[in-house]
Amino acid sequence: MNVARNLASYLLAQAMPLDPGRHHMLQSAAPQADHIEWLYWVIFWMLFVVFVLMIAAFTGAGTKARVVASHPLPILEKDEEAEHRAGWGVGAALGITVITLFVILVLSVITGRRVEGLTSKNPVTIQITGHQWWWEITYPNSQADQTVTTANEIHVPVGTPVVVLTNSKDVIHSFWAPNITGKRDLLPGYSSAFWFEIERAGIYHGQCAEFCGLQHAHMGFSIIAESVHEFQAWQQQQLKTAAEPSTSEAIRGREVFLTHACLMCHTIRGTDAGSRVGPDLTHVASRNMIAAETLPNTAGALAGWVVDPQRIKPGTQMSPNPLAPDDLQAVVAYLQSLH
Amino acid sequence: MRHNLRISALLVAMTVLASCSREDRILRQPPPSNDTVNTVQISGLNPGANLIPTPPSSNMYEESAYAVSEGQKLYEAYNCVGCHAHGGGGIGPPLMDRNWIYGSEPGNVFATIMQGRPNGMPSFRNRIPQYQAWEIAAYVRSMAGLLPKGVSPNRIDQMNIKPAESSTPEQVPTGITGVPEQPK
Ligand code: HEC
Ligand code: HEC
Ligand SMILES: [Cu+2]
Repeated sequence: MNVARNLASYLLAQAMPLDPGRHHMLQSAAPQADHIEWLYWVIFWMLFVVFVLMIAAFTGAGTKARVVASHPLPILEKDEEAEHRAGWGVGAALGITVITLFVILVLSVITGRRVEGLTSKNPVTIQITGHQWWWEITYPNSQADQTVTTANEIHVPVGTPVVVLTNSKDVIHSFWAPNITGKRDLLPGYSSAFWFEIERAGIYHGQCAEFCGLQHAHMGFSIIAESVHEFQAWQQQQLKTAAEPSTSEAIRGREVFLTHACLMCHTIRGTDAGSRVGPDLTHVASRNMIAAETLPNTAGALAGWVVDPQRIKPGTQMSPNPLAPDDLQAVVAYLQSLH
Repeated sequence: MRHNLRISALLVAMTVLASCSREDRILRQPPPSNDTVNTVQISGLNPGANLIPTPPSSNMYEESAYAVSEGQKLYEAYNCVGCHAHGGGGIGPPLMDRNWIYGSEPGNVFATIMQGRPNGMPSFRNRIPQYQAWEIAAYVRSMAGLLPKGVSPNRIDQMNIKPAESSTPEQVPTGITGVPEQPK
């Protein structure tokens, strides 16, 4: 069992460039993923047995029937007995196949039910909206000023059920964090919901799993599972309006931000920028990665992204910004001050 | 037979080559230039009797389907939609008809976007890079069917509110009209 598990892990990890602990179906961090993993292994072993039987049958047939290459080919005589046996054999194989498929179907339905059922009250609610090609994350609250809005990085408390409401702004996307739960489609104009609960603290990687256009491959996200305390502290910080820039460069950077195209697309709460075409940047410096897990959140990456996002993610909805070098430096300094 | 083959090879080559520059993605923008704005005539009124024709101006982005669709995206992102809807007008005048208060030439539309207009059209100068204003200008003209079908967007991203720009019949501009004709 362990050998097979390690081999499967290895093969799956080969197909994914990421740290396998962060993006892996077989290293579950949540009960839903446990159920899915269980189903995976049941089907794996069933198919393994079928595979062994098939190979055995082929080998048997191959060794038994010797055809001598001769011209003309010998005319075989009709063997009623053998035909009868073969008929039964095929019938039995067909029956077993149908039964196996039926068992897999029933198990899948059972797993689906287990993954669905919500068992606890007082969940954390998150609204996830798919955009080409990034994820808008909000923590809705009946009071508008208590609503947290961020992008691509989902903070959740460990050991608390999280209800996710889904929607999409443009085309169908699919939310998939393999360590946590199964895939969930985000359909434009149709809100649906699912839930998960994470048992182990850590950072888990996720990826859009429904082809959605040019930059589908660069539409990642991460789930940051932390203790309830850390989560609440994070939430309090996110609720604040943008930090006042303190250095003269950052102050100039805000000026640049508010007098260039940035404010036509982005929100920075506490300033005049209030558009929702792109991600909310009020606390952009608190994120680990930018552009849907494409680049690390460093000064160099920010500068490269702001001037020419089309080089990094060709086709992205953010347009190039031909800024003068010192304006660019200033804007980056400002973005880095937005903790 | 031979002949047919050659003709079809030629046709294939023509389509392939024609589609090349149409679909070119202009990722590096040329440095902005400012000359157009001051050569564009905005008002239809001229002193004296003789009419001064609007100088024809050109917009290199009108040759690229990519640039026009970028313009379409920005038209949405910069909320032109909020005032002009998808061409049908609202707070601002319709952009898909034949009446142009400030002229229909690429340079006129560019000037309108960059300078703003007195009756409520905001100025986008220093807000958006010039090349984007040109892309938007190209898209605005495609809404009135003034661009070749080959470069006009052939699908719309919203719910089906009107036919795509590439199937809009050309709305022959009536020149600089001042105030649009009132419906009788
Ligand atoms: C046409 C709209 C538009 C304009 C103008 C624009 N952005 Fe963006 N921006 C976006 C979109 C859309 C994204 C998300 C892109 C993605 O991840 O694919 C984005 C992403 C970003 C990000 C990464 C945020 C994150 O958490 O991933 C930063 C930083 C950013 N923009 C800064 C700027 C700055 C600075 C300017 C002005 C110089 C600017 N943007 C102008 C639309 C725009
Ligand atoms: C706040 C509302 C508003 C917004 C936003 C707005 N417009 Fe306008 N627009 C107007 C009004 C009002 C007029 C008429 C101005 C006048 O008659 O002086 C106008 C006029 C125009 C005209 C001239 C039409 C003609 O007949 O000559 C064009 C072209 C135009 N707008 C394009 C745009 C584009 C492109 C955008 C987005 C980048 C945009 N507008 C954004 C309100 C707006
Ligand atoms: Cu996708």
